Amino acid sequence: MEFNLNLSNLSSEHQSVPLDTDMIYDVLIVGGGPAALTAAVYCMRKGVSTGLITESFGGQVAETSTVENYMGYRHIEGIELVHKFTDQVKQFQIGFVEGVKAQSVADGTIKRVTLENGDVYQAKSLIITTGTSWRKLNVPGEKELVGRGVAYCAICDAPLYAGKEVVVVGGGNTGVESSIDLAKIAKRVTLLQNLDTLTADEVLIKSITSFSNVDILYEHEVTEILGENAVEAITIRNRTTGEERKLEVQGIFIEIGLVSNSDLVSDLLDLNRYGEIVVDCACRTNVPGIFAAGDATSVPYKQIIIAAGEGAKAALSACEYVLRN
Amino acid sequence: MSLFDDKVKKQLTELFSKLKNNVSVVYFTQEIECSLCADNHAFLEEITGLSDKLSLTVYDFQKEKELADRYQVDKIPATVLLDSDKNDTGIKFYGIPAGYEINSFVKALTEVSGDREELPAEIHSRIAQIDKDVHLQVFVTLTCPYCPGAVMVAHRLALENKRIKADMVESSAFQHLALKYDISSVPKTIINEKHEIMGAQPIDAFLDEIEKL
Repeated sequence: MEFNLNLSNLSSEHQSVPLDTDMIYDVLIVGGGPAALTAAVYCMRKGVSTGLITESFGGQVAETSTVENYMGYRHIEGIELVHKFTDQVKQFQIGFVEGVKAQSVADGTIKRVTLENGDVYQAKSLIITTGTSWRKLNVPGEKELVGRGVAYCAICDAPLYAGKEVVVVGGGNTGVESSIDLAKIAKRVTLLQNLDTLTADEVLIKSITSFSNVDILYEHEVTEILGENAVEAITIRNRTTGEERKLEVQGIFIEIGLVSNSDLVSDLLDLNRYGEIVVDCACRTNVPGIFAAGDATSVPYKQIIIAAGEGAKAALSACEYVLRN
Repeated sequence: MSLFDDKVKKQLTELFSKLKNNVSVVYFTQEIECSLCADNHAFLEEITGLSDKLSLTVYDFQKEKELADRYQVDKIPATVLLDSDKNDTGIKFYGIPAGYEINSFVKALTEVSGDREELPAEIHSRIAQIDKDVHLQVFVTLTCPYCPGAVMVAHRLALENKRIKADMVESSAFQHLALKYDISSVPKTIINEKHEIMGAQPIDAFLDEIEKL
């Protein structure tokens, strides 16, 4: 029996306060992952009035089972690292809104962030740290069946597919890792890769090929996901022969990479061809007073420690901007 | 052999040393225990043994049917939490709260014992105004890090209002229920056997759904 005990859940030394629509903050941070949380700590320590708007805390780190390359921790569970970050932020009297999504941003001497529920928050400067979301296949049936057999997180949902037939789409590290987790529980796992090789690390490829209940189909793509109330089958297409066939499965895990959550600023900030927010090495965007950090930006490598570092830079840049203006 | 490793045991013992009031843990099982019920029993024996403020009483589900009905226990293994006055808090765990759910279990014990985070005034009054029976079943898997978030919100609602009952339901232990409610992604909360909330939503999202009933 395994236990993942995390004591910071029970800490009652949280000082945070609700965010105020009437107040003009010095800095507003949009996001809740390592970039956002590091930026928050830096801002609060600088003594500028800070607010944070996020749908949830942790970002991708919360969905990662093990982290072994964040300095200071040889081995730590993703969710535990998230708790340590949020604990560090919540010790300050930071204003925050949780559980609502930011929808758009308006420029001006005072920047405005509008949330999906209509609330508008104001600040002299903004830090956009909205991270990334799982790339969708964008095939018929995908949206309709999310949560009913269409999944993006194998760590959470794998146990629900015990003894069932599942498909994993994606031959990178995430796809192969998910396939390994699922192979131990599901009856059969079919891994679909659109290229003729897997792009995952050697160690993972070696592991997945050792399972007898895993089939790897190269150069295949999904064309449709079928089912009334739950996933019943998918149609796949062989990219070289054009041949289509049906696979009867009860679950499909889509692990084909991530896209930047830059929608809320797409009409305001410069984005690169991947849709990422373009930033310079001081985390400045093309709009003065608006900064960005982490996976949502053009920073070349997406890692927790890099996001945290970028968050700190963005905070310092924002504080300097507020001081000068 | 101990179920908890030394580190976890030490952390739990220290945590429980700060418990204010007594908490009675009531466990429903059967005389000839299946491996799940036996494991659950062992888990409860061990964890309640770490503090004098935690007591464990074990009942046979069939022999003590009247008691089971009183606590609205309809399946086993079932763990019910009673406060220091032996009143039903409305908090239940169906299945072993291992994996990430140990956090929900420990949080429930500390909250029932009297250590609760203050709720914003608006939330407090919304909860107080609920005057219908609400049954929340939060379906989880033990490897899902998001699930305790939903379980903790549901249990807190049960603690604050007598009309609300909240259960953690471990999906693999109750597969027929997971099937009945189409659980293919967790956490998923079923309200009054009919409505659903997907994901670990904050307390006001839960209240939004409950108020619609």
